[in-house]
Amino acid sequence: MSLPIRKFDAVVVGAGGAGLRAALQLSEAGLRVAVLSKVFPTRSHTVAAQGGVGASLGNMGEDSWLWHMYDTIKGSDYLGDQDAIEFMCRMAPEVVIELEHFGMPFDRNDDGTIYQRPFGGHSQNFGEKPVQRSCCAADRTGHAMLHTLYQRNVRANTQFFVEWMALDLIRDANGDVLGVTALEMETGEAVIFHAKATLFATGGAGRIFASSTNAFINTGDGLGMAARAGIPLEDMEFWQFHPTGVAGAGVLITEGVRGEGGILLNKNGERFMERYAPTMKDLASRDVVSRAMATEIKEGRGAGPNEDYILLKLDHLGPEVINKRLPGIREIAIKFANVDPIKQPIPVVPTCHYQMGGIPTNYHGEVVVPKGGNPNSIVPGFYAAGEVGCASIHGANRLGTNSLTDLLVMGKSSGDSMIKFIKGESSHKPLPKDAGEYSQARIAKLDEQTGGENVADVGDAMRRTMQAHCGVFRFPDMLIAGVDKIKQVAERAERLQIADKSKVFNTARIEALELQNLIEVAKATMISAEARKETRGAHDRADFHDRPGFVAGRDDQNWLKHTLWYREGNKLDYKPVNLKPLTVESFEPKARVY
Amino acid sequence: MDTKQRDRLKWRARRGLLENDLLLTRFLDKHLETMDEEEMERLDKLLLIDDNTLLDLLMGRTVSDDPGLAGLIANIRTST
Ligand SMILES: Cc1cc2nc3c(=O)[nH]c(=O)nc-3n(C[C@H](O)[C@H](O)[C@H](O)COP(=O)(O)OP(=O)(O)OC[C@H]3O[C@@H](n4cnc5c(N)ncnc54)[C@H](O)[C@@H]3O)c2cc1C
Repeated sequence: MSLPIRKFDAVVVGAGGAGLRAALQLSEAGLRVAVLSKVFPTRSHTVAAQGGVGASLGNMGEDSWLWHMYDTIKGSDYLGDQDAIEFMCRMAPEVVIELEHFGMPFDRNDDGTIYQRPFGGHSQNFGEKPVQRSCCAADRTGHAMLHTLYQRNVRANTQFFVEWMALDLIRDANGDVLGVTALEMETGEAVIFHAKATLFATGGAGRIFASSTNAFINTGDGLGMAARAGIPLEDMEFWQFHPTGVAGAGVLITEGVRGEGGILLNKNGERFMERYAPTMKDLASRDVVSRAMATEIKEGRGAGPNEDYILLKLDHLGPEVINKRLPGIREIAIKFANVDPIKQPIPVVPTCHYQMGGIPTNYHGEVVVPKGGNPNSIVPGFYAAGEVGCASIHGANRLGTNSLTDLLVMGKSSGDSMIKFIKGESSHKPLPKDAGEYSQARIAKLDEQTGGENVADVGDAMRRTMQAHCGVFRFPDMLIAGVDKIKQVAERAERLQIADKSKVFNTARIEALELQNLIEVAKATMISAEARKETRGAHDRADFHDRPGFVAGRDDQNWLKHTLWYREGNKLDYKPVNLKPLTVESFEPKARVY
Repeated sequence: MDTKQRDRLKWRARRGLLENDLLLTRFLDKHLETMDEEEMERLDKLLLIDDNTLLDLLMGRTVSDDPGLAGLIANIRTST
């Protein structure tokens, strides 16, 4: 049975910051644009961003895009592509001012200019001293951004398909991308969206880990769809973690808690940070604390029934201090950890926050893959932006506030590239005859599976495996075992079974389809991480540390390159980092000290 | 209200903020099956509220002036 077809100039999958910014560009150019989203646009995960959006406006003191560029490259541990980074940093002030003109309610200075906050890693004059670069709208920057962009899109007649889930990418025999198949939740019917240009803006996949700050919708659907369609995933070993999230929930406990005197204990009640950082103890840097916590857990000194978390003790501070200085934390602990820190320690664990890797693109948002000797050959009709894309601006580690900058700049840039491409295509390329069959077969398989696996159980196994074997600090033996384990979990994910086979609003089916996407991301992450034999940025390996001749375990000779993971046969390939900016001198790799 | 309303509400409890996901899921896992139509209508209304405002309500930092919603919020807040 062939699927119904809807035709648009462009289809945008995802209505977070990146998708909305791109759609706006397309609609304002007069094109017919469909935006698909699993949830109402303003409920996209971008709403969680509080810290702000980085741009060198220089409203609070001298600043320049070149300094922003330096901070970003250094932050990336030199794995970022310097052409893309220059592009983003140069464009950042423009896209922020544009957003201001769209009505975004930024905080202001007395003279009416946008107020900018200080943020870690933002510096003046190549690391000399801190600069205030983060533009924010109180603590609701993401929220304000989504609302502003959504309103603007409505005005520009962007057509929204809300509570629709894209299932698979459609490619023709040449590999050109012609749109997606998608499921309308309300009816349970699948439809083909036939488009001249297709953008993925589906956000991150933080839900592969047991402890994640990401909302439940962050299931890496764009990555799963791309991988199944033969597109490699780039640098998936790089994930940013925060040392203290509530174990089992993921809600963040700010680092300020340790600043106020909170201490970390293992299951024996030992204040283990004294061993790892005798001077700074619990106030050591984020990396050091995360590493120590992971080591305690790995060596069997984790607390709890599964020995898989650390205890954050506050009760010695006394109720007055806790109530006065840390009221928010007490509230979080009671609500999400079920403990009152006045009496009991909070179970915490290093928690995944942001995905640096993704679908490989250039800084125009065009998806690029190795082909015929060219590592960056364009896939016609296919674009990616936001957390799902990898341009690569963040390299091995993202600088705070740069992901909102990335999604504005890359959203706009991919929109512009799509406009150009669409104008050059006089008509839609014909769909292959079997365009919808792959998705239909996947759904049919779920419905027909007997004696199969339970979705929640397999998801649990995946999250535990990723957390234990490929978390914030990585041990060689755990990685090797993790590769086998995650492959076994992936085999189980081939045989998912659901009890509810109804069509209308079948959330069990949706969750099964999401897990099939997550598992691709999990494999890519584990296999890429096991293979990368160095420590760089967020990829922190216990066996590659402080060796003579290597800066904090980084090996530029062998590993200054991007990983590409292919689903087919779990094959790995590599491509060079672009160290050549667009107009300025290259920033040569140096030791990364702060 | 059709029988699928429960599934629809379950999906609409998927939010942009993890905290809301956790609080709502915990509540729905326990109570969705036994909610009557009126309660479901109230829940539907609650879920229309934007995520940050919703979180403030669920954490008790602000109070809803809609008595129907205030009751539901109190139930969610006490459900553990
Ligand atoms: C707690 C927290 C705080 C943060 N704070 C900051 C900050 O202060 N500054 C900063 O720069 N960054 C911050 N970040 C990171 C930043 O918020 C995200 O990287 C960014 O918002 C991602 O935006 P996006 O548009 O790529 O994706 P999202 O906003 O996640 O949107 C994804 C969209 O894709 C849709 N979608 C997904 N799959 C499908 C599918 N199969 N079919 C249809 N639609 C689909 C979803 O419905 C959604 O609309 C923070 C992240 C977290 C977790």
